[in-house]
Amino acid sequence: MIEVLLYILMGLNFLCFIRVLYGPTMADRMVAIDIFGILVVGICALLVIKTGRLFLIDVAIAWIILSFIGTIALAKYLTRKKLDE
Amino acid sequence: MNSISIVLLIVGITFDLFGCIGLLRLPDIYNRLQSATKCVTLGTCSILLALFLHYGFTGVGIKALIAIPLLFFASTVGAHALIRGSYKFGLKLTDKTVIDDYKEADK
Repeated sequence: MIEVLLYILMGLNFLCFIRVLYGPTMADRMVAIDIFGILVVGICALLVIKTGRLFLIDVAIAWIILSFIGTIALAKYLTRKKLDE
Repeated sequence: MNSISIVLLIVGITFDLFGCIGLLRLPDIYNRLQSATKCVTLGTCSILLALFLHYGFTGVGIKALIAIPLLFFASTVGAHALIRGSYKFGLKLTDKTVIDDYKEADK
């Protein structure tokens, strides 16, 4: 049963990849990459249940923080300001 | 696995599915981000809660329980900053927009 849910989540990642390919503006692509990262967190949680390798939850937490930093950096770039203003 | 975590997993995957359909189908960036961020964040929080209920109060369960508020606040704050940045950048709203409150409040 866990395999079916994993395949569904990988299909959703492919949908996000379609939005990255055809997104008209840069902000669309960044939204799709953000959603991609959150879906990868779900994949890591399912892989912990399926395989029993417990370090994958650390990968999920690190991925949350890196995705947040990337989104904030692009938002600052869109308002044409430096990171400390 | 117990039945509560299986139900939480299926609910989470369903929320993710609807969020990604909204990401593909909606017309402009504001609608897309409103649909995708809410649905996918709550779906992934549900998956992490299922992981906590599966493992209980062990190391992995506590880490999953910590990851839930981290994901929640990081995702919502990032979405708000991104939507404000793209409005300042001058991306157009779609043609079917009824009212734009932010333009009047910004004067």
